Amino acid sequence: MPKNSSIKKVLVIGSGPIIIGQAAEFDYAGTQACRALRDEGMEVVLINSNPATIMTDKDIADEVYVEPLTTDTVKKVIMKEKPDSILPTLGGQTGLNLAMELAEEGFLAEHGVKLLGTSSETIKMAEDRQSFKDAMLDIDQPCIESKVVETYADALAFAKEIGFPVIVRPAYTLGGTGGGIAENEEELAQIAPHGLRLSRVGQVLIEKCIAGWKEIEFEVIRDGAGSCITVCSMENLDPVGVHTGDSIVVAPAQTLADKEYQMLRTAAIRIIDKLRVEGGCNVQFALEPNSFRYAVIEVNPRVSRSSALASKATGYPIAKVAAKIALGYNLDEIKNAVTGKTFACFEPALDYIVAKIPKWPFDKFVTAERKLGTQMKATGEVMSINTCFEGALMKAVRSLELNIYSLDLPQYRALSEDELRAELRKVDDMRLFVVAQALKKGLTVDEVHNITTIDKWFLGKIDNIMRLEKDLTEKPLTPELLEKAKIYGFYDKIIGELVGKTDREIKSLRLKWNIIPAYKMVDTCAAEFDAETPYYYSCYGSETEADPQSERKKILVLGSGPIRIGQGIEFDYCSVHAVWALSRLGYETIIVNNNPETVSTDFDVSDKLYFEPLTPEDVENIVDVEKPYGAIVQFGGQTAIKLTKALNDMGVRILGTDARDVDRAEDRELFDEVLEVCGIRRPRGKTIFTCDEAIAAANEIGYPVLVRPSYVLGGQGMEIAYNDKDVAVYMEIINRSVQEHPILVDKYVHGKEVEVDAVCDGTDILIPGIMEHLERAGVHSGDSISVYPPQTISEKDKQTIIAFTRSLATELHVVGLINIQFIVAEDGVYVIEVNPRSSRTVPYISKVTNVPIVALAIRCMLGERLSELGYGTGLYPEADYVAVKMPVFSFEKLHDVDTSLGPEMKSTGEVLGVAPTFHEALYKSFIASGLKIPALGNMLITVRDTDKDEVCQIAKDFEDYGFGIYATGGTCAYLQEHGVRARRVNKIAEGSPDILDLISGGGVDLVVNTPTRGRQHNRDGFKIRRTSVERSVPCMTSLDTAKALLAAIKQKDEGELGIVDISTI
Amino acid sequence: MKAYLILADGSVYTGEAFGAERDAMMEVVFNTSMTGYTEVLTDPSYYGQGVVMTYPIEGNYGVNYADMESRRVWVKCFIVREYTALASNFRNEITLDQLLKEYGIPGISGVDARALTKKIRVNGTMGGYLTTNPNFNKDAIVAQLKDYKITDAVKSVTCSSARNYHGSGRRVALLDVGAKDNIVESLHKRGLDVTVYPAETPAEEIIASRPDGIMLSNGPGDPTECVEVINNLKKLYETDIPIFGICLGHQLMALATGATTEKLKYGHRGANHPVKDLALGRVYITSQNHGYVVSKINPEAAEISHVNVNDGTVEGLRYKNKNIFTVQFHPEACPGPQDTEYLFDEFIDMMEGKRDA
Repeated sequence: MPKNSSIKKVLVIGSGPIIIGQAAEFDYAGTQACRALRDEGMEVVLINSNPATIMTDKDIADEVYVEPLTTDTVKKVIMKEKPDSILPTLGGQTGLNLAMELAEEGFLAEHGVKLLGTSSETIKMAEDRQSFKDAMLDIDQPCIESKVVETYADALAFAKEIGFPVIVRPAYTLGGTGGGIAENEEELAQIAPHGLRLSRVGQVLIEKCIAGWKEIEFEVIRDGAGSCITVCSMENLDPVGVHTGDSIVVAPAQTLADKEYQMLRTAAIRIIDKLRVEGGCNVQFALEPNSFRYAVIEVNPRVSRSSALASKATGYPIAKVAAKIALGYNLDEIKNAVTGKTFACFEPALDYIVAKIPKWPFDKFVTAERKLGTQMKATGEVMSINTCFEGALMKAVRSLELNIYSLDLPQYRALSEDELRAELRKVDDMRLFVVAQALKKGLTVDEVHNITTIDKWFLGKIDNIMRLEKDLTEKPLTPELLEKAKIYGFYDKIIGELVGKTDREIKSLRLKWNIIPAYKMVDTCAAEFDAETPYYYSCYGSETEADPQSERKKILVLGSGPIRIGQGIEFDYCSVHAVWALSRLGYETIIVNNNPETVSTDFDVSDKLYFEPLTPEDVENIVDVEKPYGAIVQFGGQTAIKLTKALNDMGVRILGTDARDVDRAEDRELFDEVLEVCGIRRPRGKTIFTCDEAIAAANEIGYPVLVRPSYVLGGQGMEIAYNDKDVAVYMEIINRSVQEHPILVDKYVHGKEVEVDAVCDGTDILIPGIMEHLERAGVHSGDSISVYPPQTISEKDKQTIIAFTRSLATELHVVGLINIQFIVAEDGVYVIEVNPRSSRTVPYISKVTNVPIVALAIRCMLGERLSELGYGTGLYPEADYVAVKMPVFSFEKLHDVDTSLGPEMKSTGEVLGVAPTFHEALYKSFIASGLKIPALGNMLITVRDTDKDEVCQIAKDFEDYGFGIYATGGTCAYLQEHGVRARRVNKIAEGSPDILDLISGGGVDLVVNTPTRGRQHNRDGFKIRRTSVERSVPCMTSLDTAKALLAAIKQKDEGELGIVDISTI
Repeated sequence: MKAYLILADGSVYTGEAFGAERDAMMEVVFNTSMTGYTEVLTDPSYYGQGVVMTYPIEGNYGVNYADMESRRVWVKCFIVREYTALASNFRNEITLDQLLKEYGIPGISGVDARALTKKIRVNGTMGGYLTTNPNFNKDAIVAQLKDYKITDAVKSVTCSSARNYHGSGRRVALLDVGAKDNIVESLHKRGLDVTVYPAETPAEEIIASRPDGIMLSNGPGDPTECVEVINNLKKLYETDIPIFGICLGHQLMALATGATTEKLKYGHRGANHPVKDLALGRVYITSQNHGYVVSKINPEAAEISHVNVNDGTVEGLRYKNKNIFTVQFHPEACPGPQDTEYLFDEFIDMMEGKRDA
């Protein structure tokens, strides 16, 4: 069927902030879909609260609303923009739920808005547990014994009927939020009520646990004519029981014979046909390993994390094809963009194997519960491609940037066989390495299989890797052995360590023996057709297909790897904009990255895509082939910056700020000299290596002090220490991961934090905007509420900030971007940090100021002058709007993580509120962040002694507004003394009913708790904060945030919120 | 042990030998299926051919005899990137290596299958020779390869005598020009009574058995070689017995009614070929294995019912005023998608008179 000509203006709903379970994959899908829609001449209206996304660029959509994702806002956008259609299946679960709510209440029909693609009936059938079960029954597709319940009593009754263990799955939640496996009644009592509360419809599914079955997924596409294809099959290395987002996944499925494969493929097609999906759909199966028995686990009638993975694994652009199907095209009318010859109506044939490993935040949240189950915990993922499983796995492991290059981890080497058996029983993020160690120690594949239920094929392959390691240590290094090690994905440095040579010696041997990587293309068709898309992966023992011939100068853009706390989607935004800017200037662009969720790894973003680990060796191999004119490291976060030295050693020209100047900004002593020259103050500090030195330094400087490693992003391991004991505790944590650089101890200065991103051409600077942090210094900039333009900074201080920025940029010879963080204290302006690179605020500030920051930086890096680029120099005129960037956390998914804010970054994503006034923007950003803003009610206050004075005024203000105040002993007495009618509540030790009962029982609507020091989890404060998170009660851990919230609550009474099309700013 | 694959263009690929230790001369083709090596190896349509698997790991789930598509392995040599002895599957009986050894078929692993596939794509299907003798005489082998042609394929693979698979339903005569077992199974599991006949069984004998329908199977080689079978089909065409043909059977029926066939440059072999059913307007993913294709049809006799979405080649014919339809692809799957299984039901409908051309 040709395109439906009645569709002219389409509303696309994004997925909102990055949270665990909903990451960059929806920016990728949404961006691809928007581009496909505009290719077809559609006018695209976009709404998404996430300002770090590429989809919210005016290059991607015609009208862009960075607004809270609520039905209210979407309605306003629909009434203003009058789209004729809405595309609901590209914005993850968030977008789908919103569209469904509007459809169900009749709003869409009333305003003549069509749902494109999959119908609301289909979505309901797939999403509602009971109707889905009925539909599956209709077509003889087995489901797992299960029942939808709405009360805990019913949950328990059914669990007893089918027998424990059971899985609890809340309806309509992401990433399995609020679900889990209950082994017995006590566990059910914990999990089920939680799940009931989190479900949008107050339902959970109680399901027979089939842990240990194989987990197989299919990505399926169906068009309006009923043609169905499967894009890709995927098999989880971790059997059923671990959320697929937390599983190591391979594509295609490896352990199925054609009989089982076709059985499941046919089932997937029958299911999508029954549901009458028009677009993409993900079907998850559990397959009993010793029979043909299977069960349908779940169907997602939309693009998903898995569809992003499948798209990157095959080269088949699922979101683009789904968007075209939504417009009425059939699969055989859509060209296969990779071959340029065949059509979208075929099934990709892979001639390689793909491995995905999740990126978990446990390196940042050292206290978090690492156990993996039905609730997803990973923030991101890496993917690798190779011709063998061993090689794919090894490449994926080093892509994680955990400083791990081998499966043989030192911490497990000393374990006995029995200890390893015990470790194997734990299902956590380290299981892969425990399995490897167990096999190395001589446990048999059968035994490891019996304990872990991981398929013997995968275990055998891991065993192959460990055997090869042994061969390397025991046998002479022959060309054959070295080639095999490279085929298996071994890193030169590791081979060197095993054979007693340096990595350079290994490389020389490789060159001597002609063992060099080949680059093969991902072409969707296993070479059956000639393909045009230069999407490459490396392998050994093969002929290369890379074609380095080019008329244009080539520039290498290094991506930012997996999404993690502290390094999110914003760096992908910068990398993609860098590529686009370079293309416009006539350069050939080459991206190296390994994150399958991102826009940067879409095959048509750059001229060439190398899907590879971002390590010196892997990048050097690409450099050896492509011989680029230069490389850009400023936009890929710490991942790319870390490669600067290696690139320099390879003789690659680093565009922009010189590596020596980067060092001058990062190295403490050199930076102190820079500051001295510029006459700028910073909080006093020292660099140290050992714990004793740290304590001595802290005492010399005077407490409180900040302790942190240098060369970090996202404040990894950064803490405020108040005494020697704190210092000792933090030093121990920091030193758990190997530190190649010294550790910093700084005086903690009290004041307002201000941040600036500036473009510099070596002489002039352009500051698009100054951002003021709402929380006082001490809260990580990534976790602070950030306000543009600043609301409380004096003109004099602004001028100082501009002057400091200019002199630092000049002194550091910055060419490109610089990010500077200041503290505005009573006695003037201090500099606390200078990063001569792109920061996480670049996307949002670009959007609200309409200054194309990345493009300007690129042009400066290539020699142009700011004064000639049309945006002037100095501080860019302030906008008429106020923009408030609000962090978003994923605490409900991570048990045992302290929610209190401090110098260590904890947020996973961010939202933006844009409005004519500060308070309206603030209110919007609170709504967008998903916080349940209490209209009125009771608040609980427990603060540390140093905050008591300040909290009095806050308590009074809330009380005056109409809130009831609860407080524990000390705080309560203090408040009462100061005229607040606070009611006393028991501390935990004082007996029930205590403070936790109050929160659990729904007695409070808001909690203000400022943390005392330390990471001990037995403290009351920690329990209060965790209980609040688990009960979805807003918990403010900074007094500044609490003040802001009251301002927002008051704003609620100021009438209707407006909406702002930021493409018109 | 090292093995050497010498191609007709003089190129040599070196790898590790597996399977039986013997030399083999063959036509080298590639297959893009990601599963189903047992079915591929035992498909009689591969008679005389060495198969390169584009998927890089073969052997993962071992071999289960029940998955064999005929009585033996027909592929002459199995060419793979990686052979793995890690065979993990609940039905696994022997390894892939053991299967090849059992049927005396050599294999070679460690070959850059993608490079080889590209070579075939660019230059077309070509002759190849596998040996484990490092002192092979390349020039002599290449000279031999230039003349290599698969002959008498159907005669070599067809059954020697008729056999019956009893069923309670309609009676089908299956003409075995190289049939995969799952064609029999696809009919038999629908309750049909199936009698398999050797390829050159005279038409008269089949007609005399008064079948309700005739099934023409898949098979190897150049269809124009099968003169005897084509002559028989001309006679069967004249009867009113419903006929359903697959692959070679489809080509032979076309030749019997005035169409022509030609050899494709590198054929269609895989489990992902899109075929559009022109009557339904729907595309199905099909399993394919053919080197020849119907190039020109006789419009008096037949019309095109299915086309290949990738290259537009003829994938199915429906015969005018006849209860005859044939397809180039494999609705019996094994390996590959089962999406077009419904054609067997159409065949039954046709036999039952529910459906008329």
